[in-house]
Amino acid sequence: MGLDFSVVPSYLDNLFFGALWTIGITLGAAAISFFGGIGLAVIALYAPALIRWPFRVFAFMFMGTPLLLQLFLIYFGLIQIGIDLPAFVAGVIGLGLHYAVYNSDIIQAGILAVDKGQYEGSRTLGLSQGQTIRKIVVPQAVRTVIPPIGNNLIALLKDSALVSVIGVAELTLTSQLAISKTFRPFEFYVAAAGFYYVINLGLEAGLRHIERRIQIAR
Amino acid sequence: MTDKHFIDIRNAAKSFGSLEVLHDISLTVDKGQIVAIIGPSGSGKSTLLRAINDLDPLTSGEVWLEDMQINKDLPHGQYEKHINNVRQQIGMVFQHFNLFPHLTVRENITLAPKMLKGISDGDANKLAEEQLAKVGMLERIDFYPSQLSGGQKQRVAIARALAMKPKVMLFDEATSALDPELVEEVNLVMKQLAQEHMTMIIVTHEMGFAADVCDRVLFMDEGYVVEEGPPEVLFRNPTEERTKNFLRKHLEGNAG
Repeated sequence: MGLDFSVVPSYLDNLFFGALWTIGITLGAAAISFFGGIGLAVIALYAPALIRWPFRVFAFMFMGTPLLLQLFLIYFGLIQIGIDLPAFVAGVIGLGLHYAVYNSDIIQAGILAVDKGQYEGSRTLGLSQGQTIRKIVVPQAVRTVIPPIGNNLIALLKDSALVSVIGVAELTLTSQLAISKTFRPFEFYVAAAGFYYVINLGLEAGLRHIERRIQIAR
Repeated sequence: MTDKHFIDIRNAAKSFGSLEVLHDISLTVDKGQIVAIIGPSGSGKSTLLRAINDLDPLTSGEVWLEDMQINKDLPHGQYEKHINNVRQQIGMVFQHFNLFPHLTVRENITLAPKMLKGISDGDANKLAEEQLAKVGMLERIDFYPSQLSGGQKQRVAIARALAMKPKVMLFDEATSALDPELVEEVNLVMKQLAQEHMTMIIVTHEMGFAADVCDRVLFMDEGYVVEEGPPEVLFRNPTEERTKNFLRKHLEGNAG
């Protein structure tokens, strides 16, 4: 049986909507992973031990267990304790928190790399420690670590395919549904790969744009 | 209190473990006075300066600004509030400028006044323009620090400190990191402040500048104030052997 890509166009609409869901999951999870990463990094570096330790345990759990398992736990497991999240929300939270932990490590390194003089310059003007962290230290740290954070973002996009297992009709699940009707796995997986690739190109272009814009402000 | 000084440092001492970097130093500065602190590196002059706004807290001794003790022993929360209030009244200029690279010149200057004094955007902009005009940097208001020369950075850093309307300005080797040809533009700004009777304490390696501008010069070595006096006396007729040695070496260094 040869390949026949002519079956793909009639499912393009479905794949396109699947791609939109993938983009939605990615952007939602990216926001959580970015701001969550900053929050976790600040807690890890500045919070008193009593607050720091529970977060460290949390981070260790997210880093040391499979993302797939975490998604199952959040979507299927939390219902048992009365937290019934829609699949999309569960997917975004799971993916977002997982990558927040990775981003936190990177941002911590960025914070530690900010020159001590920056902190002193700010404190000398009368800004408090909190104001200094918020306005001076974190913005500079984030600028330094945009490239590795960007790498995580691209990995996050690809891992969004895992969310298909809890029933979110994103790109991967959409192509599987098309395959179940047409029995043409090769054609549809290639088509889905094409979509992922295009979305990734868009992400990379966006990241390059941000890197260029902040080049001068470092 | 009997005779009131503007800044009053009483029996300041500081040690890092067994290493004593300041030995029982007392120093008073009156309003409008300009005091230079000179001495070899490691003599404790920067540490003394940084003790004034409690950036490097003393081990013992007191620092007063008018009738307020700066280095008060307070519970953490209260101390933070107190010291942030104190530091708003004390401008500080660093050797390495410490401008915020992610903010424009304008934002560098308006950040603290906006956050701490709650002034409007319009007033903050006016303030930035005033201060930048004063240091001759108005045309660079929307540049980022990375686009400025060292001398320009330092002038912006001075404008940033002045925008908080401080009662006193501390200069920690403000020209030491500059290329020689850029030193003069910063010195000119500092001279202008002197003419406006800003109270200043200046840690410097520039004897010529200290002699020109300052009312008093302190020579420090190994954590002690070895000698102090008006510049014409300290530079021309120092009494202490250590002062003489330092000045001789320094002049030789400059001549070479």
